[in-house]
Amino acid sequence: MELNRLDDLYRDAILDHRRNPRNHERLTSPDIVGDAINPFCGDEIHLQLNLDGESRISGVGLQGEGCSINLAAGSMLTEVLEGKALNEVGALVGLIRRMMRGDAEAEALLRREGDLSNLSGVRDYPVRIKCALLPLSALTQGIDSYNADGG
Amino acid sequence: MLDVRKIREDFPVLSKKVYDGKPLVWLDSAATSQKPRQVIQALVDYYEGYNANVHRGVHALSMESTERYEEARAKVAGFINAAHAESLIWTRNTTEAINVVANSWGEDNIKPGDEILVTALEHHSNLVPWQQVARKHGAKVRILPLTDDHTLDMDAADGMIGPRTRLLAATQASNSIGTIVPVKELAKMARAVGAAVLVDGAQSVPHMPVDVQDIDCDFLAFSGHKMLGPTGIGGLYVKRDVLEQMNPFLTGGEMVLAVSYEDATWNDLPMRFEAGTPNIADAIGLGAAVDYLQELGMENVREHEIALTKYALDAFKELEEELDVYGPKDTEMRGGIVSFHHSDVHPHDLGTVLDRRGIAIRTGHHCAMPMVQSLGVAATARASMYLYNTEEEVDMLVDALKEALRYFRA
Repeated sequence: MELNRLDDLYRDAILDHRRNPRNHERLTSPDIVGDAINPFCGDEIHLQLNLDGESRISGVGLQGEGCSINLAAGSMLTEVLEGKALNEVGALVGLIRRMMRGDAEAEALLRREGDLSNLSGVRDYPVRIKCALLPLSALTQGIDSYNADGG
Repeated sequence: MLDVRKIREDFPVLSKKVYDGKPLVWLDSAATSQKPRQVIQALVDYYEGYNANVHRGVHALSMESTERYEEARAKVAGFINAAHAESLIWTRNTTEAINVVANSWGEDNIKPGDEILVTALEHHSNLVPWQQVARKHGAKVRILPLTDDHTLDMDAADGMIGPRTRLLAATQASNSIGTIVPVKELAKMARAVGAAVLVDGAQSVPHMPVDVQDIDCDFLAFSGHKMLGPTGIGGLYVKRDVLEQMNPFLTGGEMVLAVSYEDATWNDLPMRFEAGTPNIADAIGLGAAVDYLQELGMENVREHEIALTKYALDAFKELEEELDVYGPKDTEMRGGIVSFHHSDVHPHDLGTVLDRRGIAIRTGHHCAMPMVQSLGVAATARASMYLYNTEEEVDMLVDALKEALRYFRA
């Protein structure tokens, strides 16, 4: 069946995260809040982070509205954020963006970061790449405004 | 009846293959229609044969381009049965046409306390400009609601149209769910209270006979690219006596009669509203599109789309357990649009699967965010049909949808 070709886009891990999104609960008193909306399709991501005393991420909450790529990317991201130091997040975001541009080295490095490398199949569907990147926009926006407020 | 096989031969892109040889199934005509070679050839003829600026030169090419350009205006004005060709102002598209009305007529006529009525179906282009005008002049935008069958609630409209109504701005056919609005009846109600009437014809002028004198509207806005014409050209019809009272929105060259360093007087209609060098080639291309449509006959186009929509709604019944299909059940009350939603599979995911089968549909809020949100969803998938679509293509859509749903359920 020719739809099998879509399996590289909709890998099992993506469908699994779509059906069972991780860290779905909204955090009640988050230290960092990030939101992102794609005005063209209406997809939304709302992210909350808690930090411990050493600026490590101790809690993650993510709620979204949108397609399976967007929601799965968000769910995968929450899993690897937990335990990371805040100043490590920029490198992670850069790695994901590089993978989505086709960088094989970045993809190899991301195999160590939970399920995130499964998003590499989205590259063959250029109009859907923005779906996978929306959670990163929420994350970056949240951290930028946290830093702008003096941390 | 239309000879669709023969029609399809006029559209070069419809024989295109995508993704390893899959025939293109174009079900996105509400976004933009494909173009017949007659329209493409008109553009080539202009650029190869008589490219020159209009209304200026004394030379042979300028006279020829001016003549063809004004001939196109007369054709397009005739197509919507405007009483005068000067009543048709060229714009880029429907959005620009409505913005001309908002910024020209609206600026002089909307006063504090006035009400601007629009329907719940409006595309952003017939909502946002009125929100802006209302905010600026202390007026209020009110929304005419729908019935449970997604048709306009005419009783509610009757109750809301009143002495405060200054403008009724309604779409004639919804781009998001296909509903046809009885604009002639609405216009009559609005006229009775002295309100002006604007009709958004973006989704009606390409698909059915539209007669501005019969509707008795002050304004009709439409886009050329949705009716077989080129992108970048559209029209604004304005009733003659209203147009004579309107002040220009854009000023500069072409729209003036005489200019001194201190002052200027305005040119005749419709040039007064067409500042700068116009889109000559695409206006002539739209004229060729109108020739093509009139050759087929707009009654025949409408009949074909009603039959195809009936066929599609029947075919979708196989999926009624899984998909919500929006819009009126009565095909006389809807255009060739089937908008649908699955509770678990997002429209973008459906769109991607269909795309890999060569089937082009639109997914999202269709630039009608409040309308789509009122359905209780953030986005829908929309198949939109035109004079070149066939029952076989509808079958391919339904088969591909079944396969997609199986895929995501697995």
